[in-house]
Amino acid sequence: MSRQIFPFLVLLLVLAFGLSLAFGSVSIPFTQVVHILLGGTPEKAAWADILFKFRLPKALTAVLVGAALSTSGLQMQTLFRNPLADPYILGVSSGASLGVALVILGMGGGGTALTFISGLGTFGNFTLALAASLGAALVLGAVLLLARRVQNTLTLLVTGLMFGYLASAVVSLLIYFSQPERVQVFSLWTAGSFSGVTWPQMNVFLPAALLGLLIALTMVKPLNALLLGDDYARSLGLNVRRARVWIIVSASLLAGVSTAFCGPIWFIGVAVPHVARSLLKTADHRSLLPASLLMGAAFALLADLIAQLPGSQRVLPLNVVMSLFGVPVILSIILRQKQLRQL
Amino acid sequence: MLTTSSLTIGYHHPLASELNLELRPAELVCLIGPNGVGKSTLLRTLAGMEKPLAGTVWLAGQNLHHLPPRELAKRLAIVLTGRVESPLLTARELVSLGRHPYTDWLGRLTPRDEEAIQRAMQLTDTLRFSARPLAQLSDGERQKVMIARALAQEPGVLLLDEPTAFLDLPRRVELLQLLRHLARETHTAVLLSTHDLDLALRLADRLWLLSSAGTMEVGLPEELALGGAVARVFQSEGAYFDHAIGAFRVHQPVSGPVSLSGGQYGVTAAWTWRALERVGYQVHNGSSRHAVHIEILAESRWRLLTPSGQSEHASLQSLLHQLSCASHENLL
Repeated sequence: MSRQIFPFLVLLLVLAFGLSLAFGSVSIPFTQVVHILLGGTPEKAAWADILFKFRLPKALTAVLVGAALSTSGLQMQTLFRNPLADPYILGVSSGASLGVALVILGMGGGGTALTFISGLGTFGNFTLALAASLGAALVLGAVLLLARRVQNTLTLLVTGLMFGYLASAVVSLLIYFSQPERVQVFSLWTAGSFSGVTWPQMNVFLPAALLGLLIALTMVKPLNALLLGDDYARSLGLNVRRARVWIIVSASLLAGVSTAFCGPIWFIGVAVPHVARSLLKTADHRSLLPASLLMGAAFALLADLIAQLPGSQRVLPLNVVMSLFGVPVILSIILRQKQLRQL
Repeated sequence: MLTTSSLTIGYHHPLASELNLELRPAELVCLIGPNGVGKSTLLRTLAGMEKPLAGTVWLAGQNLHHLPPRELAKRLAIVLTGRVESPLLTARELVSLGRHPYTDWLGRLTPRDEEAIQRAMQLTDTLRFSARPLAQLSDGERQKVMIARALAQEPGVLLLDEPTAFLDLPRRVELLQLLRHLARETHTAVLLSTHDLDLALRLADRLWLLSSAGTMEVGLPEELALGGAVARVFQSEGAYFDHAIGAFRVHQPVSGPVSLSGGQYGVTAAWTWRALERVGYQVHNGSSRHAVHIEILAESRWRLLTPSGQSEHASLQSLLHQLSCASHENLL
């Protein structure tokens, strides 16, 4: 079942991508979607705009975030040999939240939230992304500094958690002293969304995510060696410290850039690698990593599709959909196994 | 192959120093010593996983601690005590990880790698369950797979830290015999630490005997036993090493001497001897008769002679019972 699953996963991804383009608050016939994408003129002029300005970047964002978080989660689970590890375990998303909180909650004295947001202008989202990236990078830098010194991987895990608590405490403090409107804007950011990424932003997001995935790909062999534990990995000739640094760079870049542009997206990062293990029944990262990547992308697309409530004007918070629809699906897959597949 | 000069091992303070050791190809060496004397530390130092406090480890003429990790992994492999918890890995996948130092950046296996994996699994007799995941392997099978993984590295030196720790007696014998066979067959220098003094004495080509004082004695097992070195290193309150029989005796004698005759009933005599020792008697050969004497009359027939009389017994249990009654009377 190991290799044969890949064509199926690719098909699933293509299907989800197609659905995500075709469905939304405005319904566009599928034939028209294909027609427009191939460069034809649409029946209604607005359809091309909707497709190119909104749905295409959004679908692409979903694919990237899904792939990024699943890959990152898989790396963290193996590095820390802990099935509960997720992309945010080293405090990267807490750092990003802190950055965003400082911008939304901490900046400027008066003014309502609305004027504040409009004050940020067309680059409003971009400012948030920048703040989030800086916050994530700050935490990442601290963790990396430690990773080069610390011998024991577990110490790193605990320190990462501590950084996370520290950042959360500052965010709570900011919320405590902020106006309700601004807190609302901040909580909107924490709900997660794929629709905030515009084409100019994609110029940053896409290369950063691809770079993270590329580094992850080169870490497949070290990850396999790390399955045996740090000592054995070292005895196999692996430079464990260096491998650890690169794995953290890759995983945190992926998690950080996703959080920066889409807010913290829960659940995908921890669940998808388990599903991949359950379905593929292997611990070999040469299969697990591409499988997680494909599944994560498809899952993110489908979750976003549900969040749009096709045919209606309402949009549900992404993280709510992730959990409400994701948990039953994933529980059913995992519980069907006799035992939770360990790493 | 692997030698040390004036090696001092330990973490912050030395556990053992001035070690000048040598491992030769095709040789099985057992490292023995009481708990906590630094057997694991020595193995980890020889494997390049810990730095020595002083002195040098030489591997084929080069300073082992200066070798690039990948180069070292091609020449030396280690099997550690900790269990590998990766239940999804199949036996074969685990063994193929041993090719890590040889494969490309993706870890792809060449025909040459496959060959080495096949040979390692053949030698360890693990091909039978090569497709089974680790979770479904017994402790003995798992240990053999770990050894196969080490062999897949095609090392000149193989180190093993307590490889028999989780195994029952038949499995331990099997494993040590396997390692001895491997040493001969692949011309590998094999060093293993073990608590199994008895097996080490029987199967090792040489012993490294590490004492709690931090000194090392090296030699043939028989020589070390005969010279009393084994007894010295392992003396403790609960047990002592009897070098007449080459094994531990658990209890120091607490009761008086007993003589035993009837050696023609070999097995019965041996187990009678053990039973008497277990309850605390100091047993002597029947050639010199003591006040308390036991004579074996048949396969399961004993006669007990004490100053207060004699009795015959059809079971060891009744013999021991009568003996304890008799000695109580004596005390009173």
